[in-house]
Amino acid sequence: MRRFLTLFQEVDATTSTLAKREALATYFRNAPATDAIWALYLLMGRKQKRLVNRRLLQDAVLEMAAVSPWLFEECYAVVGDLAETISLLVPQRAQGNVDVSLQDWMEIRLPQLSGTTPREQVDLLQSWWREHNRDEIFMITKLITGGFRAGVARQLMIKSLADAFGQEEPYVTEQLTGDWPVTATFIESLREPVSGDVRIPSTRPYPFYLASSIQEAAREDIDLSRYAIEWKWDGIRAQLVRRGPLVAIWSRGEELISDSFPEIVQAAHLLPEDCVLDGEMLLQRDGKILPFAELQKRISRKKISEKMLGTHPAIFLAFDCLERAGVDLRGEPQSIRREHMEQLLHNSPSPFHVSPLLQAKNWEEAAELRQQAEVRGGEGLMLKSWDGAYKQGRKRGDWWKWKVDPMTLDSVLVYAQAGHGRRATLFTDYTFALWKDGALVPFAKAYSGLTDAEIQELDAWIRRHTLERFGPVRSVTPERVFEIAFEGIGLSSRHKSGLAVRFPRILRERFDKKPDEADTVERARELIDGRTQDLTLS
Amino acid sequence: MSVSVLVKLTPRGLQCPPGDFYIDPWENVDCAVLTHAHSDHARTGSRVYHAVRDSQRILEHRLGSENNFIWHDYGERFALGPVTVSLHPAGHILGSAQVRIEYEGTVWVVTGDYKRQPDPTCLPFEVIPCDGLVTEATFGLPIYDWPDTDDVAAQVHQWWQKNRALGRNSLLGCYALGKAQRLLASLEKLTDEPIYTHTATENMVQIYRDQGVTLAPTLRVHESTPKLAGALVLAPPSALGSPWAKRFGDAETGFASGWMQIRGNRRRRGYDRGFILSDHADWNGLLSTITSTGARKVLVTHGYSQELSKYLVEQGLDAEPLSTHFQGEGDA
Repeated sequence: MRRFLTLFQEVDATTSTLAKREALATYFRNAPATDAIWALYLLMGRKQKRLVNRRLLQDAVLEMAAVSPWLFEECYAVVGDLAETISLLVPQRAQGNVDVSLQDWMEIRLPQLSGTTPREQVDLLQSWWREHNRDEIFMITKLITGGFRAGVARQLMIKSLADAFGQEEPYVTEQLTGDWPVTATFIESLREPVSGDVRIPSTRPYPFYLASSIQEAAREDIDLSRYAIEWKWDGIRAQLVRRGPLVAIWSRGEELISDSFPEIVQAAHLLPEDCVLDGEMLLQRDGKILPFAELQKRISRKKISEKMLGTHPAIFLAFDCLERAGVDLRGEPQSIRREHMEQLLHNSPSPFHVSPLLQAKNWEEAAELRQQAEVRGGEGLMLKSWDGAYKQGRKRGDWWKWKVDPMTLDSVLVYAQAGHGRRATLFTDYTFALWKDGALVPFAKAYSGLTDAEIQELDAWIRRHTLERFGPVRSVTPERVFEIAFEGIGLSSRHKSGLAVRFPRILRERFDKKPDEADTVERARELIDGRTQDLTLS
Repeated sequence: MSVSVLVKLTPRGLQCPPGDFYIDPWENVDCAVLTHAHSDHARTGSRVYHAVRDSQRILEHRLGSENNFIWHDYGERFALGPVTVSLHPAGHILGSAQVRIEYEGTVWVVTGDYKRQPDPTCLPFEVIPCDGLVTEATFGLPIYDWPDTDDVAAQVHQWWQKNRALGRNSLLGCYALGKAQRLLASLEKLTDEPIYTHTATENMVQIYRDQGVTLAPTLRVHESTPKLAGALVLAPPSALGSPWAKRFGDAETGFASGWMQIRGNRRRRGYDRGFILSDHADWNGLLSTITSTGARKVLVTHGYSQELSKYLVEQGLDAEPLSTHFQGEGDA
């Protein structure tokens, strides 16, 4: 594991993407496949289990270090990372002469924690901590908490593997899309592609093609007549993969979401075999598309009840066809793929729909459509070049999104909490409130939108204006007003304000406004009511 | 029997009422006693300053020699009103001092900033038995546990050599007074090649050398310095992001500070490397100091004063935080 730890430290210590890429490539070139597969698994952020709960970890440390629980809490709040806190509190004795391979950790040692008594777990943890140095303890504990993250972006990983194995990026990208097998053989297959058809028959999706935001200047170069115009729907982007007897639905984050949409999976079995559709998962009731907040309920449930199937019926709105009769169509122009899709879904069962085409002769007309999208609950417009192929990732030129302007509210900063990881020692998680019956009620949390300098300033201000502490959370004097932007707003019984907003972020501080000039909950509700939510498929 | 308290916090700073003097005041006062020359402790504008003779050159350089200084040797006893005062090594930087106050048979010690690790550039911290102690707590949490200075110096050296092999400069942010010289003293054992310095750093280096501290050879970076490649450059952290730093091209940057013990700080600051090096006491340094002074009353200031005093109370000591208006957790 020392080799993996070194890799992690190299990647962690540098801000240079190039240096990270070199470190990753070197690791994968040299590490045995039996370790490399686990490194890949961890670096790609595949699912990790929390093997013991926090309480037990804490007990194990407190026993070794002469520290009481409240002091542990204080330390944790400052460090912002459980595994790191533990690594700093375990008394240092070992020089770290023991090196257990990453494979052994993942396949032999860590599994020992399952199915034992708490006392045995504590003993195991302590014996591991005792034989390793601080950096190693950090890594081991990260793996135990299931919280390992390395800040390696997917694209960086793909480029590094392509470097390491001397492969083309698209090949690596395809291999890494969907749920690749966690075996040393998989690493070998990256090193030495199997000749012929390299696609393993499975329900793996294709890498998603992502649209770029269209800027005002770019519009002049776009001849609208050569573009398909569609609504940008406020749903979950997904690929529906039907291969042989199998059906899978993959989200854009490449998570398998089939279980959340059993009726779609069932209906997909009636589609012709070996096809892949790209589209949007949506809910539709009485002909109307439901707001995203409702769709979220579908994905947050472990099991979808019969009742939910009735109250929250899903549809798959297709807008592209990537594979038909086992043939990869991604190199074909949009116009041809669209034709394939329409043929494929002709007479298709009810949960399948084809994304309607919109008409706009010029930018004025397009702007009007975008305006409509805003009122009717859509996210804006999509513009797709009729001549364009289906590319990988966010490649500019063929797919553009023209989103509606975000909604905004002016609200008052009321709570702050320290961030985690990179932001652990700064107050960077803010809660904002609106007025309701003369009191401020929290309505949104936002983490992003401020510059580093603004964060520093606000952090110092928060320390000086703390009213109360609730564990890691501080309430502050309600003085500062911020304009919060968000993509959607809905009613919610889970929040005190009765509101839930989507993608809230800080737009700017309203230095010109006093706290009593901030917006009210009533005003926020008008935003909901102002929307007709009647975007339909016809 | 309770210990009578000889110091109290006022808006002008930490005051000793019976002696009518202030320790490191932040506003203008009649009589100031200075613990050391860092800018958050030594300010101009007071009428008279008492300080230790070892800090004379540095203080005159920083505050101006026209100030009304009265210099004392370490351990020398002098009277301020009815109070007997003496200054003792604090191990923080060259010329840093603790303040011992004796009045009507009660002894208080104000540590100022201090550390317990060995440092070849200044006298080691002296444990002074006392009834009451005012201790700092900049790093008053058990997560702060300093590595050996020589190991850290070796890491810096390794980093420098690695960057040099790639033809890159190594730009290391460290405080111009204290930290830089301590690093130079440790690097002296590892290299005889010159290390480049920022003017602010070099000014202090000269004073240290004049006072007989052995440091690695240095060269000040100035306008006519040729383009460097593979050099190690020590500069105050504030200079790292400034136009001054542009002359080093695509340099690797590092930062030497106790805060670098936390990974989140290393990442947030955006330096390529963080080195754990502090001129303050770590958790164990604080605890062992407090215990060995035998103080029955402990007031805790700076940094994690709440946390450290709560811990001390848990251990059966009479301790409480002494709040200061140093809100920022500035390192030195």
